[in-house]
Amino acid sequence: MIELRDVHKAFGPNHVLNGVNLTLPKGESMVIIGGSGTGKSVLLKCVLGLVTPDKGEILVGGAPADKGSRDAFLARFGMLFQGGALFDSLPVWQNVAFRLLRGAQKRPKEEARAIAVEKLRRVGLKPEVADLFPAELSGGMQKRVGLARAIAAEPEIIFFDEPTTGLDPIMSGVINELIREIVVEMGATAMTITHDMTSVRAIADRVAMLHGGVIRWTGPVSEMDATPEPYVQQFIHGRAEGPIESVR
Amino acid sequence: MTLTYPFAVLGRQVLGFLAAVGRIAIFALTGISHLFRPPFYPKEFLTALLQIGYFSLPVVGMTTLFTGGALALQIYAGGARFSAESVVPSIVAIGMARELGPVLGGLMVAARVASSIAAEIGTMKVTEQIDALTTLSTEPMKYLVAPRLLAATLAVPLLVAIGDSIGIMGGYLVGVTRLDFNPATYLKNTREFLEFWDVASGLWKGAAFGFIVALCGCYFGMNSARGAQGVGRATKTAVVTASVLILAANYVLTEVFFSA
Repeated sequence: MIELRDVHKAFGPNHVLNGVNLTLPKGESMVIIGGSGTGKSVLLKCVLGLVTPDKGEILVGGAPADKGSRDAFLARFGMLFQGGALFDSLPVWQNVAFRLLRGAQKRPKEEARAIAVEKLRRVGLKPEVADLFPAELSGGMQKRVGLARAIAAEPEIIFFDEPTTGLDPIMSGVINELIREIVVEMGATAMTITHDMTSVRAIADRVAMLHGGVIRWTGPVSEMDATPEPYVQQFIHGRAEGPIESVR
Repeated sequence: MTLTYPFAVLGRQVLGFLAAVGRIAIFALTGISHLFRPPFYPKEFLTALLQIGYFSLPVVGMTTLFTGGALALQIYAGGARFSAESVVPSIVAIGMARELGPVLGGLMVAARVASSIAAEIGTMKVTEQIDALTTLSTEPMKYLVAPRLLAATLAVPLLVAIGDSIGIMGGYLVGVTRLDFNPATYLKNTREFLEFWDVASGLWKGAAFGFIVALCGCYFGMNSARGAQGVGRATKTAVVTASVLILAANYVLTEVFFSA
């Protein structure tokens, strides 16, 4: 479904991606782990075309990501951003139904609102929330609204950028469960980036570890704990000693 | 090396300046091109029109009211030196319509609107709302920039027209209450000496200044650096750049309109 071949990206002298090769089969949920600043978000943004790679090829459904209609390409994706990225000036339901209120997927306003309310219900929010503004919501509720927006247009592929950052452990668990349920229910292909190991175990079918601009290890989540790969072992056990340099 | 160093620094600054001008020009042309290509966002346009035009009315009105009054006092004091006090109504009207209305209106809108646009778009950028727009198949230049460019270009001339009227009224109030002008004579002199082009040139200036204000707000907002400091710097740069560009454009337009 998504294939990255030798993808490079640098920002000035900072080489973030140094030849990433990764394959995500259709219908699978892959979680990319790695420390802060290792280029996980850049990797997602390269797939979406928000950041242009310096070198390499990205294929989505067998076709190059940078060719063809941009609108049709983006219509296949939903994304939950790290901070929610809800539009402050719009009420919650218009945030959720944003794609359904304009462009190629435009629906009548009443229908779009009904879909938004249904998606809000799906992520555990009451219909009364629909008319509130994002600033009136807690962090956890904002994440849920972001999740509802990501799934509103029934995308084939969903990206989750640090879905549990800033949430308490219970709310993190709720969001992880929701993500897993929704991905399975929709049959979507999902790519999540996180350094929360609880999320990894709850969401992933497969795990990939990004460090030093390359994928160090990839495999089923069931094999993650047993892998002898030192980068993965240091990361999942949170050790200060190991091949990943830590600043003390 | 020491001898060439100042030239190298100067060269880098000139090249940096030209590159920045090029980037702003490309940004402006891209924004304008989106005005002519669907989809269009009329709701965004109307919201921007309200924010830029209607909500700037009080500040522009107050500024021009007091300036018109002060102008009448100054012209009266200056004119008295060579017994030309009677020119107060005509000079207040011409001064407001040609120069003070558009320039003060433009500067006040720059302070109020360029800052607000830069802060809003800058915050959207650092909170990934701009990226979110893109992933939701909405082109940010079309959705955020083009409606604001059009709204400001249309709203500021209207503000200037209202500001001119209020400024002339300020001069009238001071002339009649403080300087003992006959009300009918004051109005007659104002009407007699004010020509169509005096007003029209001010409105064209207003349109240019409105475009500059929205362009600076949008450009610096879209290119805001990360964090609160980045948004703060973008806001400050937008206001300063818009103000300087308005004064420079005012000189150029005055040359174009009145030097012939």
